[in-house]
Amino acid sequence: MEAQVLFDTLKGKFGDAVVELQGEGCSPAFVVVAPASVQEIARFLRDDPALSFDSLMCLSGVDYKEKFAVAYHLHSMKHRHAIGMKAFLPRETPSLPTVDDVWPAANFHEREAFDLFGIVFEGSKDLRRILLPEDWEGHPLRKDYKYPDFYHGIKV
Amino acid sequence: MTIRTDALPTQEMTINMGPQHPSTHGVLRVILTTDGEVVTRAVPDMGYLHRGLEKIGERVTYAQYMPFTDRLDYLAAMNCNCAWAWTVEKLAKIEVPARAEYLRVIVCELNRISSHLIAFGSYTADMGAFTPFLYAIRERERVNDLFEMLCGNRLTYNYARVGGVSGDAPPGFLEKTKEFLDYFEPKLDEYNNLISYNKIFVHRLANVAVIPAEEAVAYGLTGPNLRGSGVPFDLRKDEPYSVYPKFDFKVCVGTGERGTLGDCFDRYMVRINEMRESVKIVRQAVAQIPDGPVRAKVPRLFKPPVGEAYFRSECPRGETGIYLISDGTVNPLRLKIRTGSFVTMNIFEKVTRGLMIADVVAVIGSFDIILPEIDR
Repeated sequence: MEAQVLFDTLKGKFGDAVVELQGEGCSPAFVVVAPASVQEIARFLRDDPALSFDSLMCLSGVDYKEKFAVAYHLHSMKHRHAIGMKAFLPRETPSLPTVDDVWPAANFHEREAFDLFGIVFEGSKDLRRILLPEDWEGHPLRKDYKYPDFYHGIKV
Repeated sequence: MTIRTDALPTQEMTINMGPQHPSTHGVLRVILTTDGEVVTRAVPDMGYLHRGLEKIGERVTYAQYMPFTDRLDYLAAMNCNCAWAWTVEKLAKIEVPARAEYLRVIVCELNRISSHLIAFGSYTADMGAFTPFLYAIRERERVNDLFEMLCGNRLTYNYARVGGVSGDAPPGFLEKTKEFLDYFEPKLDEYNNLISYNKIFVHRLANVAVIPAEEAVAYGLTGPNLRGSGVPFDLRKDEPYSVYPKFDFKVCVGTGERGTLGDCFDRYMVRINEMRESVKIVRQAVAQIPDGPVRAKVPRLFKPPVGEAYFRSECPRGETGIYLISDGTVNPLRLKIRTGSFVTMNIFEKVTRGLMIADVVAVIGSFDIILPEIDR
């Protein structure tokens, strides 16, 4: 399915919650959505027979310096098409609803985005640090991250 | 003598399996809660090998990142090298000479064979049969010899380049590759006779940790783990990249031949069968490889246009997808590497519930995970 057609479908269904189509230079193109509606739109993308995006390829946190984003890469095993979905978040309160009950695969990716960016996925069934120790301070993939000198008295 | 009529009280026990444990294939820690011999919960704890490869990526140039991809999956470094090169080429729309693409396919498939050999060998060792491991190492040694001839390295190859490969195949390399294939192909039957259909081995694997197809898709399993559940999805066929469309090969799927579709045995068997398909691909690639340059002209400090690309390729442990964002400078703004092993661990807790402790070892081996790829 063409990204533009898919965007129009979503726009018709969700109105203002679907912000824009970010197509230029992006492969695959991204449908930018409002963070609060992520879960709703995700469920529609999965369940609509013409779309049936049943597999979440990747979920990534991104730090665009002035704001954060969460990017979802989706793929449909049935129709063999792919699309990106993106939600921009303010730096101060980066939080949005989880999609781990839509795609169970999301859980580890969300934990990673929480661990490395501090993005909070509301309603997640298990949101803990995944790669770093539980008592690590800060979120290293943020652009303003300050490298610590010591961790438990060990020089980093 | 009095006979006790009350039931003996049982108590749940928490056991740490790993991080230093021979069957966890690296520094994976699994926190097991057991009721006697039965696992009620197995929570994986990762990150012991976290090196911040994604953060490093934001501080080096696109070309400088190549050696770091070797350290993503050290058993399939060629596949990771090429995955990075393909992603950057997709982002910057670089045309790669045909000979370079053929060389990449040859090394990727040879590396798939050597990686699956380790998967096969270490799995049988986990299951208590040590001899097949030595067989696997013996064959893998010959692949390493080939790679050493090609690029001088035996583990971390650093062979691909953005725009091609680091150097053309030396004289005699393609002949030696053919020799290896002739030597290796009959060995697969030997493995099957030796261990694959061994009654004890089959009993350890069949019907253990069955993953139905829909669940495998929902949990994002890829590669042999997905195909073991009977889903015929292979990026080399379904989202063809490089010169893969030119080759004739079959997508191997699990059939439930010794138990249930999607059990450990199916995942094991998919890998054995895939090695045969890789042999077929390399044979065709060696026969068809054209002459010509092996590297496109790419400036050393090149700046890709502003944009974002997601490229995924079929690595031995599933799909390696790289999400790369360029802001037009010499460093990436962000790169995220989605690896097969990392996503596979997500389903681990679910499939191990109710298994015996010894079966947990069978599950870890059947997933063929590798820790540097999980922890990055």
